[in-house]
Parts: sequence; C-alpha cells; structure tokens
Amino acid sequence: MGLTGPDAGQGVAEVSGESPNWVTARLSDLVNWSRTRSLWPMPFGTACCAIEFMATAAGRYDISRFGMERQGFTPRQADVLICAGRLPFKLAPVIRRVWDQMPQPKWSISMGACASSGGIFDNYAMVQGIDTIIPVDVYVPGCPPRPEGLLYAIFLLQKKIMGESLTDQQLRVERTLGPDGLFRAPALIDEISEPFGNSVHQTRSS
Amino acid sequence: MTAAAAASPSVAALRARFGNSILRDRVICGDTVVWVAADRAHEVLSWLRDDPGQGFDYLTDLTAVEYRDGELPLEVVYQLRSLARRADLRIKLELDKAQPLEVESVCDLWAGANWLEREVFDMFGVTFRNHPDLRRILMWETYAEGFPLRKDFPLRGHFSRSEQTRQALAANPEAHYSLEELSIAESYRELSVEMRERLGRGERGEVS
Repeated sequence: MGLTGPDAGQGVAEVSGESPNWVTARLSDLVNWSRTRSLWPMPFGTACCAIEFMATAAGRYDISRFGMERQGFTPRQADVLICAGRLPFKLAPVIRRVWDQMPQPKWSISMGACASSGGIFDNYAMVQGIDTIIPVDVYVPGCPPRPEGLLYAIFLLQKKIMGESLTDQQLRVERTLGPDGLFRAPALIDEISEPFGNSVHQTRSS
Repeated sequence: MTAAAAASPSVAALRARFGNSILRDRVICGDTVVWVAADRAHEVLSWLRDDPGQGFDYLTDLTAVEYRDGELPLEVVYQLRSLARRADLRIKLELDKAQPLEVESVCDLWAGANWLEREVFDMFGVTFRNHPDLRRILMWETYAEGFPLRKDFPLRGHFSRSEQTRQALAANPEAHYSLEELSIAESYRELSVEMRERLGRGERGEVS
C-alpha cells in the first residue's frame, strides 16, 4: 500500500500546497476510502461498555466486517481509540499517553455515557467526559450502548473520514497539552463538567 | 441484651481477660460485634490471633465507618475469621474525631492488613502507626484534596474540575506501580513452610 507508506507522505506534501482540484479530490477519495476500510481500533476498555465492545468484536456482530480486523492492543499500530467505559482521573494521564503514542492519522470514539459525560459518576474521582483530555470524533450514547450503537458510531466515523481532504492542513495537526498542562481552556473544562454540562455541549460529528 | 445468648463465646473470654478495655458488645444479624478501647486494640487483636482457644488466624476485612451523625466517633472495623474453628468475630474501635486519627497497625499480625490499612488511610485519613508502607493506594500519591470518604468531603471534591484535570494529567502513570511491588516472588519466601509446600505441590490440600 504505497499510499500509506513514506512515499505517500511526500506525495501528500506536494499536493497539499495547492488548492483542491480534480486530482487531489480524487486522491483524497481514494485515500479516505482505504482508511475507512482499514480502521484498526485501540480498545481502551475500562468498564461495562468494554463488554459490549467485546460483543461487537465477537462473531455475532463481527466488527471485522468493516475493516477493523485487527484489535491493536498497542497504540503505535492503531487508528481509532475507543474509550469504552468511565475514565477516572487516575487513568487520565494513561489515556493521554496512549493517545499521544498513536500515529497520525488517528480518530477517537467515546463509547457510552460515562466516557462522554461522566454519566452517573459526577464525583471526585471521575473525568466528566474524555473530551476534556483528548479530542473526540464520535460520541456514542447509551449505558452501555448496544453493539449496533457502536457499529453506527463506526459508520459515522467512516462518513466523517470520507469527508476529509488531503489539502486540509489542520486535520493532521497533533493537538498536545498546552503550557498549562491542560488540553482545553480551564473555563471550558469547568463548564462542560457541570451537571448535564457535557451532554448539552456535544454536537454530532457529521 | 436479649441476643446475648447468641453472642460468640469469645466475648466472655475477652471480658475475662481484658476487663474494662472491652467497652460493649452486640449481636447484629447473627454477627457478634465487640467494641474495644483503641489504646489496647493491638493487644486484644494479638491475643485473639494467638490464643489457642480463639485462633482468629485470618483477617477477612479491615475498614472504617464514619456516621452521618457528626457526634458519633469514627470506627475502625476488623472482621476476623478462625479458619480452624469456622468462627467469625467483628472488632470495632472508636476514634474521637477531635483527636488525631491514629491506630496501631496490625500488619505484624496479619500481613494482608497492609493494603487494607493503606485504603483506610487513603479514604478516611486514619494513620496506622508502625505500618511498613503507609501511602495512598486508590488515589494517586500526590492527591491533595483530602480523604474522599469522610463526611465533610464534598462529593465532587474540593478543587475545580479544571484543577483536578490539570493535577491528574500532571501525574506520572508509571510512578504508581513498580514490577517489584506487584511481584509475588518476594513474598513467597515469607510464607509458612506448610503453605510453600502446598503451593509447590500445586494442590489445594486435603479438605477434612
């Protein structure tokens, strides 16, 4: 697959300097299509959502049908971080490091109410939505979501990837922690961590 | 006390041996609970473990309770089990919240008390004297907000969410556990000869 190799990177750099035209648009389509069909997930299962993730990966629902054949339990060979379950503050630096170790291009799915907003755990120990720690592409509602819900999120993510453009300079920029050690502005974290805060601020990804 | 007839025979033995240091006892749902003066607790627990008539060789659980009524003292709870006699006993100590919360560690009696006492320290702020390694176990070691299971601790913690997030992200996840800490190879040597032999055989031993 030359498109994902080092040569492709040079080619992308060449075309990305120009404005989108017929060639780059078709090239984007081709690259995006190949990416949507080979999303390797990095499961970050912390709670009951992980059981539903396992059900999604197992034979009956079979996540492999959509190109997620390989469950990469190493972040260095994964494309999609699936945070399945609640995230305590103690795991916040862990998921941040896992996310930092994943190479571009990468996406993330926040699976379930707790990962998306803290869920019922509005207490001292729990992160109120993993989007205060890492960027999130698709949120899956549910407690826990059924496998169909996770598969729908993957379809949404594939749709989102199909809309990406190789000429977009901002897409693949690594978003690291700021100088204050936070991923988002403190006021924003406080705001979305309010009761019901995160659930009213999230918008659909597509 | 109408239920006194069903109390564990250990209560009478404790009263005969320790007198006024045994504050009171009750039978709750069939379990005997004995309140012991905090300053003699280690002595009492040591005797319960070593006396041939008691033989409470297994510490099932060690925890603490703080009641919603602020007047009531904080309690440290020891749930004991005699494997040979198949008998249970619950020992409670009362700690005055106006004083520093300090108890003697029982790690020297039951090695399994190590992590349990660390959890009580982490969640309630009870200091265990002579504990070999008293530091936080559930919250990270630099956690600065206090003791989460105390009644005066707000549910969402003392700090703002952004400050909590900042401190959590600043923690080094690799500093929590070392392989040495998680390894059981070291403690294998500290097991009794009989236990080592049973583990070496890979069997559970004969059930009598």
